[in-house]
Amino acid sequence: MIPAEVFLTFILMLSIFLGFELINKVPATLHTPLMSGANAISGITVVGAIALAGTGESDLAQWLGFFAVALASINVVGGYLVTDRMLAMFKKKEG
Amino acid sequence: MDNLIQYAYVVAAALFIFGLKQLGSAATARRGNMISSSGMLLAIVAALLDQGILDYQMIVIGMVVGGAIGAYVARTVEMTAMPEMVAMFNGFGGMASLLVGMAAIAPGADAFTLTTIVLSILIGGMTFTGSLVAYGKLSERISSAAVMFAKQQMVNGLIVAGIVLSGVMFVNNPDATFWLFLVVVLSLAFGIMAVIPIGGADMPVVISLLNSYSGLAACAAGFAVDNNILIVAGSLVGASGIILTQIMCKAMNRSLSNVLFSGFGSGVQDTTEVEGEIKPISVEDAYYVLEAASSVAIVPGYGMAVAQAQHVVKELTELMEQNGAEVNFGIHPVAGRMPGHMNVLLAEADVPYDQLLEMDDINPRMETVDVAIVIGANDVVNPAARENEGSPIYGMPVINVDTARTVFVLKRSMASGFAGIENPLFYKENTRMLFGDAKESIGGLIREFS
Repeated sequence: MIPAEVFLTFILMLSIFLGFELINKVPATLHTPLMSGANAISGITVVGAIALAGTGESDLAQWLGFFAVALASINVVGGYLVTDRMLAMFKKKEG
Repeated sequence: MDNLIQYAYVVAAALFIFGLKQLGSAATARRGNMISSSGMLLAIVAALLDQGILDYQMIVIGMVVGGAIGAYVARTVEMTAMPEMVAMFNGFGGMASLLVGMAAIAPGADAFTLTTIVLSILIGGMTFTGSLVAYGKLSERISSAAVMFAKQQMVNGLIVAGIVLSGVMFVNNPDATFWLFLVVVLSLAFGIMAVIPIGGADMPVVISLLNSYSGLAACAAGFAVDNNILIVAGSLVGASGIILTQIMCKAMNRSLSNVLFSGFGSGVQDTTEVEGEIKPISVEDAYYVLEAASSVAIVPGYGMAVAQAQHVVKELTELMEQNGAEVNFGIHPVAGRMPGHMNVLLAEADVPYDQLLEMDDINPRMETVDVAIVIGANDVVNPAARENEGSPIYGMPVINVDTARTVFVLKRSMASGFAGIENPLFYKENTRMLFGDAKESIGGLIREFS
């Protein structure tokens, strides 16, 4: 039986390559929205935090999870909204 | 149920990937962001359905409070304050990963899990304090100058050694919480030490690097809690941040280690000699030249952001176009304080993005340009980068405004730019200096036109 860590490391490696491929050709115009969009994705920690805040295993883990959920939610909600706000401003010349 | 949740994560990962891909083109970017955010929503819903969850109260309160703060800030922030806000959000993401790492400590964890816990605390902690320092510098709550002191390298070395030592001690003896807290404290200290020696002009690099770290922190937290979606999403962000960092470094012709470990230009003596004299011009005379121009290139820099001049710039652009001139913008990749900073400001002022030309596109045309208008940019238009091997920025690709027929430089005073480097452009035969606040100077030009 192959240990789970090996699979996780495979996933890690493939995602890194994919990330490089996705971003490499992005025009400079979009660097800021791209970054804040990617930043919002990094708030994915919220998923881990949710699990820890709700398990009730220990009080400490719950509180840590709670703060993690709150901080990551700022990151996620704020990140996506501000990216959308920026992108809504990017316009092509009419006509 | 468990399988269903895992498949939901797979779909969420696909949405992130597809969303990021669409963010790569201006025409589809907004849709891409929507797709990515629906991936996030799906991941969160899936996490909430986890049967291991006994208590929803804390989760809901945390999400409501955090979401409300995030939404409020995102709606109200000024576009000119975007760099510091992105830095701040980054920091929150890092802190969240640190907390997840700490909360993931459970009795009987194996060495692999403990190691990933240490990593998520380390990366998360340094992302948090590093981002706070970047925020402080960008919002000018603390000096944006590079802070260097004697024995700095030694102090940093000791911190790194301390982190490694306490990390190893903790992994070998997970009950000794002392070592864990030492990792936390040292990681936070390391974030501060890593960013204070970096000057404000290098902030685009720092911001995108911190962005990358916040992804890597989430990724490490994913290993700690054994969650695929954290690993995939985190490493996507980590890789994209590294790419942007690389692009920024290339735009400055410097290596990453050079940005991280030395103040801008320190060590290289500036041997640029300036010839000629400064020739100021009045708003009225500048108007006569612009009125006769048939092609104009505008090169904005941080000065435009500080003066909040983007809206008057747009107004002037329209007037010149009505007057029959072709107007383009030349955007240097590191102009401003974050990657693509100028594009956001000009977009805010409704300048269409197909009028914004990247450095490589505008340089070949520069010779045919009648007037190049430099608004608060110094180093990115400095011909010494091309001509003078003794200049600290020698080799950095710049926008060649000096080859235009006439150059107007809008500047508050003759104080040198962020890098403190002499700029021979200001003394060239075809350069005229329009002194004053950029917003007021351009306002003056608009009044002349109308």
